Amino acid sequence: MSGIRYSFGADEHVFAEIDEGMSLEAFFKGMAICKELEKRRIPGVSEICPSNASYLVRFDPDVIHPDKMLATLKEIEAQIGDAEIDLPTRIVEMPVLYNDPWTKETGARFRERHQDPNSTDIEYAARINGYKSIDDFVAAHSGAPWFVSMVGFVAGLPWLYQIVERSKQIEVPKYLRPRTDTPKLTIGHGGCFMAIYSVRGAGGYQMLGITPAPIYDPAQKLPYFKDFLAVFKPGDMVKFKPISREEYDRDIKAVEAGTFNLTFRPVNFSLKDFHKDPGGYSRHLVEALYGH
Amino acid sequence: MAIEVIKPGLATTVQDAGRPGYYNVGIPLSGALDQYALRVGNLLVGNDEGAAVLEASLLAPELVFRASAIVAITGAEATPKINGEARPRNESFAVKADDRLTFDFMKSGARSYVAVAGGIDVPVVLGSRSTYGLGALGGFSGRKVAAGDVLPVGQPRSAARAGRKLSSELTPSYPKSLELRVVTGLYFHRLTDEAAQSFFEDTWTVAPEADRIGYRYRKGRPLSFRERKQPFGAGSDPSNIVDAGYPYGSIQVPGGLEPIILHRDAVSGGGYAMIGTVISADMDRVAQMQPNNLARFVTVDMATALKARAEYKARDAKLRSLLSA
Repeated sequence: MSGIRYSFGADEHVFAEIDEGMSLEAFFKGMAICKELEKRRIPGVSEICPSNASYLVRFDPDVIHPDKMLATLKEIEAQIGDAEIDLPTRIVEMPVLYNDPWTKETGARFRERHQDPNSTDIEYAARINGYKSIDDFVAAHSGAPWFVSMVGFVAGLPWLYQIVERSKQIEVPKYLRPRTDTPKLTIGHGGCFMAIYSVRGAGGYQMLGITPAPIYDPAQKLPYFKDFLAVFKPGDMVKFKPISREEYDRDIKAVEAGTFNLTFRPVNFSLKDFHKDPGGYSRHLVEALYGH
Repeated sequence: MAIEVIKPGLATTVQDAGRPGYYNVGIPLSGALDQYALRVGNLLVGNDEGAAVLEASLLAPELVFRASAIVAITGAEATPKINGEARPRNESFAVKADDRLTFDFMKSGARSYVAVAGGIDVPVVLGSRSTYGLGALGGFSGRKVAAGDVLPVGQPRSAARAGRKLSSELTPSYPKSLELRVVTGLYFHRLTDEAAQSFFEDTWTVAPEADRIGYRYRKGRPLSFRERKQPFGAGSDPSNIVDAGYPYGSIQVPGGLEPIILHRDAVSGGGYAMIGTVISADMDRVAQMQPNNLARFVTVDMATALKARAEYKARDAKLRSLLSA
């Protein structure tokens, strides 16, 4: 990575591209800068949005001049430098019914927009990533945890990037033309990112499964919405747990009864330790989840 | 006091000054698309300038007031009528219980605002009463108003009175053809030289898909992006980037075909290259464009953007001194 590329979004935004391509390094640097910027509580700054390999800041130029805003961000970049970055964060386990009937049904309705009309989305994703079976693909998808690398598009929708070496990244193209419908809480994958659709709506990601766990609720009904109406923040870590149809139905009943919960555990992520032993480090992160 | 919705119009929502601070979790600013018209309406009826009003898009609603009130209609050039009798725009007037408000069609402009003394009193969610439709958040039940809805109105201030008027000097017009000022940047360098020129040379027409999320334009020449080996994680189309945050007012061109200006209900991020950003002083003008209105994009530098912003703020200052007396 060379230096960050800065650009003004007219008079109210600075956009900072850490790198053109996605990587854990670029994501981490953006997170670190955004955290430092937040900590400084600079008057006039109204939005700080880390995203995959870039970040966006909105500011009021009547309070802080654009040149001053930019100088501050450059100063933070210099301060952080190429130091090894540790991210104190949290990890949560999300149940997923992979290869579920509802996203399959939705996929069937939009087959003419797909690269491979004769496969389901998950069959296609498994095959083009070199997995012999859907089970092998699910094992890889749910094996190593993922980072929430951005939240957005619509309210509470997390984008995730798996914490594995680049050679093991799952990559799939988006639909040739976007669907006009995606079931709520679909687990989707497009490019090197996955997304959990927080609300029902249009979408172009390959549909791999569905989670029973709500992630956005303006009514804040379940215990884990106590503090806020959206579950995920950039930097959160997520491990997916494949569940059966019976478990899915049981979870849905618990959601309806208002007793369903998600448990978040604190964890520290060190990029350096990850690079030393990606597989071992991934197991270490999952252990934090189970508290041993 | 309350207002009953008889006909909802095309897309009528409760909006105020907006909900900053949650864009990092995908919850956009929202708020009245034409913020100047919001302030005019509220100051005319003696409210705080950012109080909640009704925003109507293209086809205005039909409303009945359940009690007497002071109201003002601002924004688009559409004659308001009480029980069929014309009333002025940009001037506060009194209504009685059971009075019915209708509108003529919008001759120019695309958003009308109904400000009521006391403000629309829906619950405050994350600091704002604005409706964010995609997230079913805020406003009246998180959605556009529907026939039969009864919208609560707050307590009017003692300052509320009929006959307050906007001066003609402070009254905007909504031309059917205009120039929008753009600061280029973001991923502008991804355009070919020809596209970087033709974008500013062509006259663009507002498409029917123009709403609170974004304004789509068409009929300009397609814009081509420089060929490259796409970076890891960016999509395969040359107009794709690694998904990133979208500034308000930023212009993206999916597939190089139709530029979209994101407005206050913006999707907060995605994988389409943004080629520049409309300056803050011109965002109200975008909001008042009707489908088939024409725009030309004009490139300006930061100094010009800041000067335009200062002029916009100076008009606000005049407005306050005129109407808070």
